[in-house]
Amino acid sequence: GFDSKIMRNCGKIKWKKTKLDRMMDKLVIIIFLVLLVTSLCLAVASGFWAKTFQEKHSYLSALYKHTTPAQQAFFNFWGFTILLSIIIPMSMYITFEFIYLVNSFFINWDLEMYYADKDIPAKARSTSLNDQLGQIEYIFSDKTGTLTQNVMSFKKCCINGTIYGNFGWMHICGDSGGSGLSWSHQGEKKKLDFHDTTLLEAAQRDNDPVLREFLRLMALCHTVMVEEKGDQLVYQAASPDEEALVLAARSLGYVFLSRTQDTITTSELGVKRIYKVLAMLDFNSDRKRMSVLVRDPQGRIRLYTKGADTVILERVQRQGPHETSTEMALDRFAEETLRTLCLASKEVGEVEYRVWSRRHHEASVLLQDRAQELDKLYEEMEQNLQLLGVTAIEDKLQDGVPETIQLLKLGNIKVWVLTGDKQETAMNIGYACKLLTDDMEILEEKEIRLGVYCHQLSSNLFSHSEILEAYWESNNNLSASGEPLCSGHLSQQHPEPSHQKKRALIISGDFLDKILHKGEVLKEEKRQLWRKLACFRAGGKKKPQNSLVEKAFVDLATSCQAVICCRVTPKQKALIVQLVKKHKRAITLAIGDGANDVNMIKTADIGVGISGLEGMQAVQCSDYALAQFSYLQRLLLVHGRWGYLRICKFLRYFFYKTFAGLLAQVWFAFHSGFTAQPLFEGWFLALYNIFYTAYPVVSVGLLEQDVSAKKSLEFPELYVVGQRDELFNYRVFSITFLHGLTTSLSSFYIALWAFQDHVGSRTVGDYESFAVTVATSALLSVLMEIILDTKFWTVFSFLMVSASLLLFCLFSFLTQSFDAFRIAPVIFHFPGASRNALTDPYVLLVVLLSLVVNTIPSLTIRLYSSIMGKTTIQQKIHLKARRQPEPSVELRAHIPRGSFHRRSSYAFSHQQGYAGLITRGDSLRTKVTRATTPHPLHPGTSSALSS
Amino acid sequence: MKTRTNCSPQEEETRPSRCPDNSAFKQQKLPAWKPRLTLASVLSSFFLIGAFCLTVGICLILSANSVREIQIDYTDECSDCSKLRENSSNWNKECHCSINFTLKEDMLGDVFMYYGLQNFYQNHRRYVISRSDAQLLGRKVNIQKSYCAPFTTYRNGTPMAPCGAIANSMFNVPLLKTGNAWWTDKNVKFRNPKSYNLSSAFAGKYGTARPPYWWKPVYLLDEDDERNNGYVNDDLIIWMRVSAFATFRNLYRRVSRIRQFAKGLPAGNYTFHISYNFPVTKFRGRKRVILSTVVWSGGRNPFLGIAYVVTGAAATLTGFIITAIHLKLRVKKTYFQKQ
Repeated sequence: GFDSKIMRNCGKIKWKKTKLDRMMDKLVIIIFLVLLVTSLCLAVASGFWAKTFQEKHSYLSALYKHTTPAQQAFFNFWGFTILLSIIIPMSMYITFEFIYLVNSFFINWDLEMYYADKDIPAKARSTSLNDQLGQIEYIFSDKTGTLTQNVMSFKKCCINGTIYGNFGWMHICGDSGGSGLSWSHQGEKKKLDFHDTTLLEAAQRDNDPVLREFLRLMALCHTVMVEEKGDQLVYQAASPDEEALVLAARSLGYVFLSRTQDTITTSELGVKRIYKVLAMLDFNSDRKRMSVLVRDPQGRIRLYTKGADTVILERVQRQGPHETSTEMALDRFAEETLRTLCLASKEVGEVEYRVWSRRHHEASVLLQDRAQELDKLYEEMEQNLQLLGVTAIEDKLQDGVPETIQLLKLGNIKVWVLTGDKQETAMNIGYACKLLTDDMEILEEKEIRLGVYCHQLSSNLFSHSEILEAYWESNNNLSASGEPLCSGHLSQQHPEPSHQKKRALIISGDFLDKILHKGEVLKEEKRQLWRKLACFRAGGKKKPQNSLVEKAFVDLATSCQAVICCRVTPKQKALIVQLVKKHKRAITLAIGDGANDVNMIKTADIGVGISGLEGMQAVQCSDYALAQFSYLQRLLLVHGRWGYLRICKFLRYFFYKTFAGLLAQVWFAFHSGFTAQPLFEGWFLALYNIFYTAYPVVSVGLLEQDVSAKKSLEFPELYVVGQRDELFNYRVFSITFLHGLTTSLSSFYIALWAFQDHVGSRTVGDYESFAVTVATSALLSVLMEIILDTKFWTVFSFLMVSASLLLFCLFSFLTQSFDAFRIAPVIFHFPGASRNALTDPYVLLVVLLSLVVNTIPSLTIRLYSSIMGKTTIQQKIHLKARRQPEPSVELRAHIPRGSFHRRSSYAFSHQQGYAGLITRGDSLRTKVTRATTPHPLHPGTSSALSS
Repeated sequence: MKTRTNCSPQEEETRPSRCPDNSAFKQQKLPAWKPRLTLASVLSSFFLIGAFCLTVGICLILSANSVREIQIDYTDECSDCSKLRENSSNWNKECHCSINFTLKEDMLGDVFMYYGLQNFYQNHRRYVISRSDAQLLGRKVNIQKSYCAPFTTYRNGTPMAPCGAIANSMFNVPLLKTGNAWWTDKNVKFRNPKSYNLSSAFAGKYGTARPPYWWKPVYLLDEDDERNNGYVNDDLIIWMRVSAFATFRNLYRRVSRIRQFAKGLPAGNYTFHISYNFPVTKFRGRKRVILSTVVWSGGRNPFLGIAYVVTGAAATLTGFIITAIHLKLRVKKTYFQKQ
């Protein structure tokens, strides 16, 4: 119902508008106001003129007989308002929507974003956000199902010091390789990327006891439930890691067949064995390991343990070379961003077990401190283990995720991962997808807390601490390195900002809660300080503490290269997005696939839904639906950038052509005694925006490309232009306005001066010829500008430009034909004006002159800027290509890391107590009911958190 | 990723695939010409434009200089008449003044005579619309509905022909005559009402009357020539074609090339006899008569020629400056490359 956790977390639906859209609205309002003011001024002037006209100009005085100057001014005000209202680009909105729509279709049509495996094309569900795709600064990504496929696969292992599975990504599974293993099923194919015939053969030979124990452990030590569907075994695991291990064991011949409350049945190389489960030493986040104590069919008792390397290695018997080689294997696996687990076992003596069992029983019925007692007992049991080996599981990333993130990072887009997962898991993924690199300094909660506190303190108390200094230092570094970026010398940036410390921030939901909501708590803590301070600083500024903390946090977070938030709720995800939007005024994009991302998707400026496994809810709320995370690079770097470029060019040109064409009206008012006499023929005014000038700019808005899609992806730096609003902002608008103003001035005054004392056999500066001349010069200048502006000439562009000219001729011919005049002399009152004027060589020369005068400055500026190499992308590309012959995407997975971090992750998402359920038999009893549901909700997994 | 971009054909057979079309338009891979502003092309176009503009400009200046033009401002000479006429009670009193001028050189070729008015707002909004095109087309229309007001009808209901402020204020200096109006105007825009003769057409049963400022009714504008009388009178037509500016010239007459004027207007002393109708002193207007020959580019107005020369010079100069900048930069670049 609506009170469910998911619905409560959903957030509100908001009407999303792009930054440019909002700016356009503002500009239109500004234009409208300017128009009103202009009309008012002209009207006032007309009022003064009315007086002279009435008194002195005898031929006009009769017209003023019944009106006072004030009335004249009033009428003229409306006259001018109506006359100039054409400058308000209303048709722009319609054209704008059309361009948005077609650009959205381009996204839908893109084959590179079509996911053939599932037959899902990209879908632009919102058709009015395209340009903002080119301005993204922050991406908030979900992890599971977005970055990863949510499929764990067993990649490698190291048994007794020997590494298996080195042969990479051979997509063959045990089924085809191991012909003798009839229990392997087709269904495994997707789950197992592991294939190493040497391991398979070794397993088949069955002569290495360590290997045997290793595989046995994989089949025994877990909490997976099994179901038989027909002849297939279906495993249901609380965590995909465990499932991957069990599946790997199965394909190597050690099949986990069934489980009862206290037995586990396996089939080892075709031999069925039943193990009696004596105890399950459960996992919890402190222990970071789980063990199972079994009695094998021979009656021996063995303890099988798997867990994080740090904990297991402490409890292992030191025994020389194997251990060191295993540790080296661990390091290597970790470098390859695999999730590692150490497996160990030992034999337990009968007597020892008895004693332990009794104590265990006692402890498990304790009423107080049971957990601690049990932990202590487990600790006692898990000692002196024999290290069997290491498994390496890949949390399989979606295709192209690291490359995509790398590209986005190069495009100056910051990627934040917001996940419900545990910190270790999130970090692992962060490393795997190159979000975190080893040269980064990772800030965790404690350091941040200090940092934020100190930041806050510094603003109040001027106290200093090391972290604070470090934080400021980092800030300064960033701004220092940010400067060359801002000045547009992309290519001249330091090849590797090695001197600058890269930082990554990793925080948890609880911590966020503290920062975001418990500003009150901080306030409480501060209050005493404040009181003390009050003595010294009477009436000191009272900053709102809460927002100060928020601000400090956001500042810190945004100064980091990467941010990972783990254990966050859907609401917190949205809150983080909101925070960044609020404090950074940046355009944000949220990408996710599940219901838990809905809130974030709705909050962000642009929400992208991955149409994947977790249902359609995210897609329903999103603005864009993609099938893969990696398509994001194309969506942003290609479609977004083009979209932004197109819309900006469109806006700039549209404003320009409106001003250039129609401002001449204002100048004419100065020469007609401010009487609102229209300069242009009514038909020209009516058709100017729709038929004469709209088409070329539409073709620019639809098809313009500055660089090809391939180049866009090769040079993600080009994306920065959009983030800085470089192509259309108030400055560009003012320049455009001035440009339009000059064009209108020159085309008006060239015609005026040319006609003023002109004598000739035909045109003698009459109103009609003048109107036609100014209109033609303005129109041609405006068309010339779009010809210069278009950088991508397709057939359509040619057609559109020629269509404009043809339509101009056609409509001039039609509206100025004699027949039309005879039918309605008042409506078609320019009969033959164009023909008369434009056949006079003098008029043609006037038109040509104003065309040249208008074009040369624009051409000069373009050429100048291309010589100086400040704005042209082409040059940047050339420069960069020269400097960086190797691909810009650095794949450094196999370069040994400078600072060593081993990232073993016992990253099972289940929590403590699950083993208890098994041993009690609860889950087995409900198995029948569960069998009907495909994805059972396991106790302990919090479904609201993304797992 | 590359393998996925192609939709396998068998998939499309099994079920309607949602795979987008692989057309050049949809994939935004239309063949396109990507012009780049190269230095060479732009510079050459600059020099070309410059050369072209300079040539045109010089031609224009030369041809403008070949024009012989003489302007006779008779505002001051006829100020007495003007004062007389300003008093509206004297509207029907004739006033003549004569201006003598000397032509020092022959004016060869067709000599056109213009009248020039200054500070006369023919482009005034309400003035411009104060006409009835339908009436001038010779149609019987109710001019009450047109914008002609207040020059529509007299008190007794007799409509004015032609109506409106433009016609009313017609600047008339009775002089020679010829066909100077545009063909369009003469044959399309202005038509006399159909009748067996003009006077009956205008004065007949549904009679019209002359506008208040006029001397004579419209059907007496040119009694000698039927085709130049009534609404199709050249003077009326040219006057009705309003000017775009407050200072303007209208073609008035062409000197008939007969007898001693066959080659144009020979040098000598001439006198204009002007019957002064139209007072301009009050709004500080000026009245002029202009005699001018006409070449292909019109008259003596030097503006266009000068503007072309300036533009051409500017374009060439810009070309040189850009070349200079480029050369300087190239030196710098090679310097850096050597380093």
